[in-house]
Amino acid sequence: MSDQRSSTFVASRHAPVPFWRDIRYIQAFLQIVFLIAVVTFGYTLIHNLVNNLADNRMAINFGAFDRPFGTSISEGTSNFDPANTSNWQALWIGFRNTLRVVVAGLVGTTVLGVLMGIGRLSSNFLVRTASIAYIEVFRNTPLLVQLYFIYRGLRVTMPERVQDSYKLPGPVFVNRRAVNFPLIEGTDTAWLFYLLVGIGLALGIGLWVWRLRVQDRTGQPANVLRWFVPTLLIFGAAGWLLAGGPFSIENPELKRFNFEGGDKLSMEYITLTVGLILYTAAFVADIVRAGIQAVPYGQIEAARAQGFSGGQTLRLIVLPQALRLIIPPLGNQYLNLAKNSSLGIAIGFFDVYNIASIISNQTGQSVAVFAVMMAIYLGTSLTISLVMNAVNYSMRLRSR
Amino acid sequence: MKRNTRWIGLVLALVMLTALAVPTASAQESSILDQVRARGSLICGVNGGLPGFGFLDPDSGEMLGFDADFCRALAAAIFGEVTSDNLVFVQTTAQERFTAIQNRQIDVLFRNATWTVQRDAELGIDFGPTIFYDGQGVMVPSDLGVSSLGDMDGASICVLTGTTTELNITEAMEKRGFTYELVKFERPAETIGGLEEGRCDALTSDVSQLAGLRSGTADPGKYVILPDVISKEPLTPAYIEGDPVWADVVKWTVYATIQAEEYSITQANIDEYVASTDAAIQRFLGQGDQASGTLLGLDNDFVVNVIRAVGNYGEIFERNVGVNTPLALGRGLNALWTQGGLIYAPAWR
Repeated sequence: MSDQRSSTFVASRHAPVPFWRDIRYIQAFLQIVFLIAVVTFGYTLIHNLVNNLADNRMAINFGAFDRPFGTSISEGTSNFDPANTSNWQALWIGFRNTLRVVVAGLVGTTVLGVLMGIGRLSSNFLVRTASIAYIEVFRNTPLLVQLYFIYRGLRVTMPERVQDSYKLPGPVFVNRRAVNFPLIEGTDTAWLFYLLVGIGLALGIGLWVWRLRVQDRTGQPANVLRWFVPTLLIFGAAGWLLAGGPFSIENPELKRFNFEGGDKLSMEYITLTVGLILYTAAFVADIVRAGIQAVPYGQIEAARAQGFSGGQTLRLIVLPQALRLIIPPLGNQYLNLAKNSSLGIAIGFFDVYNIASIISNQTGQSVAVFAVMMAIYLGTSLTISLVMNAVNYSMRLRSR
Repeated sequence: MKRNTRWIGLVLALVMLTALAVPTASAQESSILDQVRARGSLICGVNGGLPGFGFLDPDSGEMLGFDADFCRALAAAIFGEVTSDNLVFVQTTAQERFTAIQNRQIDVLFRNATWTVQRDAELGIDFGPTIFYDGQGVMVPSDLGVSSLGDMDGASICVLTGTTTELNITEAMEKRGFTYELVKFERPAETIGGLEEGRCDALTSDVSQLAGLRSGTADPGKYVILPDVISKEPLTPAYIEGDPVWADVVKWTVYATIQAEEYSITQANIDEYVASTDAAIQRFLGQGDQASGTLLGLDNDFVVNVIRAVGNYGEIFERNVGVNTPLALGRGLNALWTQGGLIYAPAWR
């Protein structure tokens, strides 16, 4: 009833709008058409791919991932058994190797990038010029060229024979193949040590927070480190004694061809990590520089007027404000680093891309392998993205 | 105005979709032979970085080698002669060589590829007649003090990735219970670089490839190939599966070079044989009324063109990898069947 009444009420001045001219219907219709178009487009592509491959007797078969990998991986594994390691497991080893490079790369890039970015703005001529030279050289040459350069360069500067390796204290041995160093392993009682260090850490943080509260309340200097460090040391020492020396050390030993035992970082790993850090940090340095320069100069003057030292100004006033501008583009550089790690194949590093292309070549399942590889890289990148977005959110300007 | 553009966009999108939804015109209907003729050139996949087999000569800019000469033989069989226009060499890596066939980027692959059951069954490619019977060996610096693979426990070994050789060396080392490190590269030049610069103690590959790579080093006398041969490596041309016409052309072009050697027909004496009255020779060379090339859809006397272009199998072998070349490989298994080897052509009638 109410329907009728309202419609007659409207119709008294306007004729009813037919639905094909009603903007709401048109909009909904267009959305539906667009959705259908996108779905059809995707379906057609995938359908064609699957059918054409099947026609050529190369049907997509993810079962190929269950076959044995068949060849050896000399990075990030010990006692690798090629006959009993499936392609899935090999991919997982490759992914771990990629992560080893990416995590080390992200940390190194951040540290070097921030240092170089600050260095570029230094009033010291030498520091400033060196930073600019570094940034311009590494930013303006291709990463692949840099990787080859570092790889071949590292090789020819090292002793040619393993027997002539440089010996550093430790003992650490450096040669053209790897950096060999002692392997430190936890013994059976190591858990006791870890437990006590954990307790010490928790207690230390508790004291840290308590001291900050005291500072807020009374205005006394907090001196947090004076409380934190001794706590950690006492518990660490207690744990060490209780566990009776929780670690065993295995030194690398020179055998006929190579060092065996101990741990090592291969030249390929070092090259890729160092190369990625040097390349990406050059971009990060410029982002940091831009972020710092965007902080109004009045802030720095105000800090100086308050009696802050140069270091305090940077640490407490400039960087926190600059960080807000730095983080979004920094996230992009992190993503670039993660994706560029796939260039490791050029120097024979066993990352996930290298392993995947071996699988692709040995099984012929290129479409399946590349689909999995894209999923892996997408997953890695999205994780980095998620973290950076969270950081960005927590750093946002809160207006009060 | 705004609404107009929106409709135009929609219409365009729909038109594109209909175009896509139409089944993609497949190239499978016509044989590669017809496509090569229509294109006017043969696209041949080769190694490009392997002296003796497929190597871009830095002086002349020509693709030289055993594999490259078989490409020339095929071009001559189809077009009558080899010119700079009708033969295109495409360099492929071990990783991308079979994909290049699958995607039809190359018509045929002459790239020291090993014929294996998995590749034959699963990659959508077919293999022709084996043109070089090889085996996998191990090369070490002579001052390493190693006389066989059995001495190599703990060694680092350079190998080409994506090959049968990385599988074979893994099995050989695992079988002996050795510890070892495989250092894998994508290109042959990087593997030999790894050996020269001490990244590895040894380099493993097909013996022919080892000889080829050794000939390209600064001091070839510095390296020895160990006596162990750890696998069968029949190096074989490959092409797309399911094109019988093209398969026959590739096969019988290879057989023509072999049969010519058996008849002792060479680049130098081909004209004498063309004038021969021997019925078998006439049939082989497509002279008189006897059908030869026409059976395959080629010129009847295509064998004459092939021999004029590259010579017989023995000539191709000696010119590129034989004892008087830097590779210095003996015929061994690659001698004619009449001389105790495995090189054999089916009956030409």
